[in-house]
Amino acid sequence: MSEHEYVPKSKAGKWFNDRLPLLSLGAHLSDYPTPKNLNYWWTFGGILTFCLITQIVTGIVLAMHYVAHADLAFESVEKIMRDVNYGWLIRYIHSNGASMFFLAVYIHIFRSLFFGSFKSPRELIWIIGMLIYILMMAAAFMGYVLPWGQMSFWGATVITNLFSAIPLVGESVVTWLWGGYSVDNPTLTRFFSLHYLIPFLILGLVVLHIWALHIPGNNNPVGIDIKKPSKDTVPFHPYITVKDIFALLMFMIIFAGFVFFSPNVLGHADNYIPANPLVTPAHIVPEWYLLPFYAILRSVPDKLGGVILMFGALFVLIILPWLDTSKVRSAVFRPMYRQFFWIFVVDVLALGYLGAMPAEGIYLFLARIATTYYFLHFIVVLPALGFVEKTDPLPASISEPVLTGGFGAVPARSDKIINETK
Amino acid sequence: MKQNNFINLLAIILITTLFCGKAYSASKDLLKIDWSFAGITGKFERDSLQRGYQVYKEVCASCHSMQYLSYRNLGQKGGPEFTLEEVKAIAASYEIEDGPNSDGDMFVRPARPSDHFVNPYPNVNASIASNGGAYPPDMSVLVKARPGGANYIYSVLMGYEEKPAEFDLDVGVYYNKYMDGNKIKMPSPLSDDLIEYTDGTNATQAQMAKDVTAFLTWAAEPHLEARHRTGTKVIIYLIILATLVYFSMKKIWSRVDAEK
Repeated sequence: MSEHEYVPKSKAGKWFNDRLPLLSLGAHLSDYPTPKNLNYWWTFGGILTFCLITQIVTGIVLAMHYVAHADLAFESVEKIMRDVNYGWLIRYIHSNGASMFFLAVYIHIFRSLFFGSFKSPRELIWIIGMLIYILMMAAAFMGYVLPWGQMSFWGATVITNLFSAIPLVGESVVTWLWGGYSVDNPTLTRFFSLHYLIPFLILGLVVLHIWALHIPGNNNPVGIDIKKPSKDTVPFHPYITVKDIFALLMFMIIFAGFVFFSPNVLGHADNYIPANPLVTPAHIVPEWYLLPFYAILRSVPDKLGGVILMFGALFVLIILPWLDTSKVRSAVFRPMYRQFFWIFVVDVLALGYLGAMPAEGIYLFLARIATTYYFLHFIVVLPALGFVEKTDPLPASISEPVLTGGFGAVPARSDKIINETK
Repeated sequence: MKQNNFINLLAIILITTLFCGKAYSASKDLLKIDWSFAGITGKFERDSLQRGYQVYKEVCASCHSMQYLSYRNLGQKGGPEFTLEEVKAIAASYEIEDGPNSDGDMFVRPARPSDHFVNPYPNVNASIASNGGAYPPDMSVLVKARPGGANYIYSVLMGYEEKPAEFDLDVGVYYNKYMDGNKIKMPSPLSDDLIEYTDGTNATQAQMAKDVTAFLTWAAEPHLEARHRTGTKVIIYLIILATLVYFSMKKIWSRVDAEK
């Protein structure tokens, strides 16, 4: 099962593999021992790979027709929608694909939070993942600027202006980012360039993310270390591949639902109005996937404070492996953490909702409470839980689980049968 | 315990959906029409689109441009589907400036199907100056540029009312029930029998509003019918494929189950 034993059958294969062991790599990926009790929350890694490839392929085609110029960008997008063969399909896949990418990444992140996948020895996988997430946000933000609609222009103005909060050099930094004294053509062209670059950086990080994953192997719903390979594992192919493909098809049905039947529901109507520097929209809101951070940003009356808190919200995520002090990974065996996990989910969703509402009155008040709780969760609750929580007993192996709880009640079917036969 | 997590998840999805729905439909209660193009099998009605084009041409086009449309689009599949002769005749009824010719002079010629819709004003500033300081927005993607879409456009067209007694209006500003702040600089553009439909349909205000809104929806989304058709096929294909993969998965995983 190990890649070290792999010897190509053909002579040519052996010749090639001795010089560049791509065939060994293929064998490793195929045989990779995977816990057999992975539930469907684990299929989002594969789904995310699909999302990235989809964005890159549709993006390359769009870039063939798109014109990165302040006077022509909006028109060129309309040309894609009207005159390019299946341009409407490619663009709607790309624009909705961004939302689907974030939907999948949020599920992927919350899965990691619930089952403790970020904990030792998987800290680096988590940190690389967070870097990917941050790059995704940058790519999505810049991509939203490219159609050069009203939300593009004003979103870019608001977000780039955040950097003016940096003491002393803030104003200069913003001028440097803009390539001028306001968001204009130079801003658009550099955003286009970076928007094309970032996905390939993400692709590189994804390789590292998977490489780092293949050192300790997958975490699993029970969260215990397992012997690999053993009767607790199955080879990646065909067991995990077929399951991933099934989950991916389910995901694609939802994806297609958005693309074909409500392609604009996740966007903002104002972005179909060409950018106009003289008219500010009534409410400037970012795309839904950035709203929680937008709510944190606006909950602080001071600009610099808001920016620090917003980046702080990402920073606590990066150092999460050292904030969570519990030795037990899976929330299945952590009765208290399980409650706090759900409170945290509600808190983040609340922040998202409040980020879409005007920053005034009750909304602002609630956003401040939700922001405070967000940080309390990481800085107080998680470190403390490791000391005060009494965890449930862990099973010795996946094959003998003492399953007292499961996320979404999807233990591997094999476990059920094993339990029944015992 | 197992159930708890599941119930938590379901409750959260439910609440999120409710809030999203609320945030999405936060706008005023619009007039709602049972549009033929709504829903997953929605299609345009050719007659309605052709009438809608007539309303646009005879009423809206005197102020509103539609710069991303060409006359050829009017004959395109999934649109009003005028015949080629009709499209040529429509185009030829407009004049556009072309050139320079080989002598270096600009000249005026009848428009061809490949030409873009002729703008009523030479530039945006001219349109603002001629309309009491308000820009008559380009109508190419107007339906997609307004929350509420087709229902919003229809509502504004039907939303002109006598202003309430205490409501202050400047000269050249009109009261509209569905406009932001209830103020609009466009006087009510439609009234009964304003135009005479070539197909003999009774040109009531509601009929014209409905037809022109359908036309504008097509203009904003000219491939809507192809999108709906393709989408239905794609989803049926995915469901069949997913079913096959599901049974393959069952079969493959049965080996693991049988092992012990």
